[in-house]
Amino acid sequence: MLTGERRQGLALISPTLLYSLLMLAAPLIMVLTFSFWTQNYLELDTTLTLDNYREAWSKPIYSTLIFRSLKISLIVTLVTVVLAFPIAYYLSFHVKQRKALWLFLITVPFWTSYLLRVFLWKVILGYNGVLNTALKGLGIIEEPLTFLLYNANAVVLTLAHAWAPFAILPIFVALEKIDRSLLEAAEDLGDGPVRRFFRITLPLAMPGVVASTLIVLIPTVGDFITPKLVGGTDGLMIANMIQIQFGKANNAPLGAALALSSMLIVASISAVIFLLGKRFGGKVQ
Amino acid sequence: MKSALKAFPSKWLAVYAVAYMVFLYAPVILLPMFAFNDATVISFPLTGFTAKWFGVLWQTEALHGAVRNSLVVGLSSAVLSTVLGACAARAAARYRFPLKRGIMSFILLPLVLPEIIVAVALLVLLMQLGMPLSLVTVVLGHVLICTPFAIAILSSAFQGLDQSLEEASFDLGETRWGTFRRVILPLVMPGVVSSLLITFTISLDEFIIAFFLTGTEVTLPVYIWSQLRFPGKLPSVMALGTILLVLSVLLLILAEWFRRRSARKQGIEASATGGFA
Repeated sequence: MLTGERRQGLALISPTLLYSLLMLAAPLIMVLTFSFWTQNYLELDTTLTLDNYREAWSKPIYSTLIFRSLKISLIVTLVTVVLAFPIAYYLSFHVKQRKALWLFLITVPFWTSYLLRVFLWKVILGYNGVLNTALKGLGIIEEPLTFLLYNANAVVLTLAHAWAPFAILPIFVALEKIDRSLLEAAEDLGDGPVRRFFRITLPLAMPGVVASTLIVLIPTVGDFITPKLVGGTDGLMIANMIQIQFGKANNAPLGAALALSSMLIVASISAVIFLLGKRFGGKVQ
Repeated sequence: MKSALKAFPSKWLAVYAVAYMVFLYAPVILLPMFAFNDATVISFPLTGFTAKWFGVLWQTEALHGAVRNSLVVGLSSAVLSTVLGACAARAAARYRFPLKRGIMSFILLPLVLPEIIVAVALLVLLMQLGMPLSLVTVVLGHVLICTPFAIAILSSAFQGLDQSLEEASFDLGETRWGTFRRVILPLVMPGVVSSLLITFTISLDEFIIAFFLTGTEVTLPVYIWSQLRFPGKLPSVMALGTILLVLSVLLLILAEWFRRRSARKQGIEASATGGFA
């Protein structure tokens, strides 16, 4: 009976699994192989070599870009999660009715074209942009501010906006799962609101916080649209370089090595965050 | 007692929530403003009301091609990813099998992979196989990233399924296929429709994978990307964005309505977060 169930389960999941193997595992293995090959314009040399990795890890331009991408992504993640937590908390603990409506309203901006959202931040932050026009109209500034657009700050702001719903939802779900009687118990045992928040609410919400941290951190490292549109030259990130290697520079093996190197670094940082979250959350002390 | 359970004063949190919503909606509000603005430059102050940019869209041939391509890609991706998602969600909800956790995590992996990695990996494989880039290759990529979302939505539909209904159907002499078609499918149908709508919307807006895998025929986001370089084209791009926004919101409301109907049908309360819980 059990073997029958096992067989049926495997049979049922096999189409999806097969698709993932063909379209995800095979391509990833291919990229890995590619990163050990070299390319001279159109000639692909399939001798295995570490040259691409040597170049990726030693040339200052690549390490600068990787380091900057990590820095920007970590700041984006911090800003996004810290801004999202109070919203998730408000929804979970203060909003009684219409929770679903609030969640719907939070996700609506996320369904506008990503490209246009990024572009509209350019409109807001630009020299003749919305913000400058408004500040000038109010008489707060004489000349338009130029530090708003085309730098790393603009990238952080735009990405923090783009990933907001992804940060709110996991934290909200974790907060919803907290047994409210635990909070009452803490209250009865003499904990004040702040103490109770740090001893019970926050540790129990930790899985959600870790989830949203990783959900924001990992994809933002790979974004190349936002840096290209609002980042200027100081805000360019490693994904822009990967895109150039696969496009104009026509050096796919180096692009593959850069992509895998940055993924490796991001994966290790994610593992550390995950373990830290496990250590500090999950159980009431 | 109730109010004492809250760590922070309600009033300040409410003010913060409103400010946060303003931040979330700031760029979105600008879209219709500039779409109906009677000026060729995208800047304030607004000069007057016009609907001419929507007329410009009507006359742009290249755009119509892109819309057609996006619809074809979106529909194909939605159907394929929902079918694949239904297989996985049903298997995960109903059966125990070896390596279940590992297999499910692997299938859900695209959720946490940067899209550029997925795009580049597929590109490299297709290049090696000598497969020309076309709308088909875009669909292949989109199905990969849409399937995890389909699984998330369909899982709650399949988990809510009462197994005794299935057993009753077997006892009454239905075959496995008959049971699926006449008992299970009607019960999860709203979830299926919701999954189709969400995956369609994701595919319609996806840019990075489409950018790498598209051939000579472009999808709508790739077309928009090419237009962003020309300042003269921007007002009509704003009009296009407005139409897309309205369309997406309508599709989402529809998807949400179906999801709740699905939950009601199975007699469970619709959770506010849907499949993301």
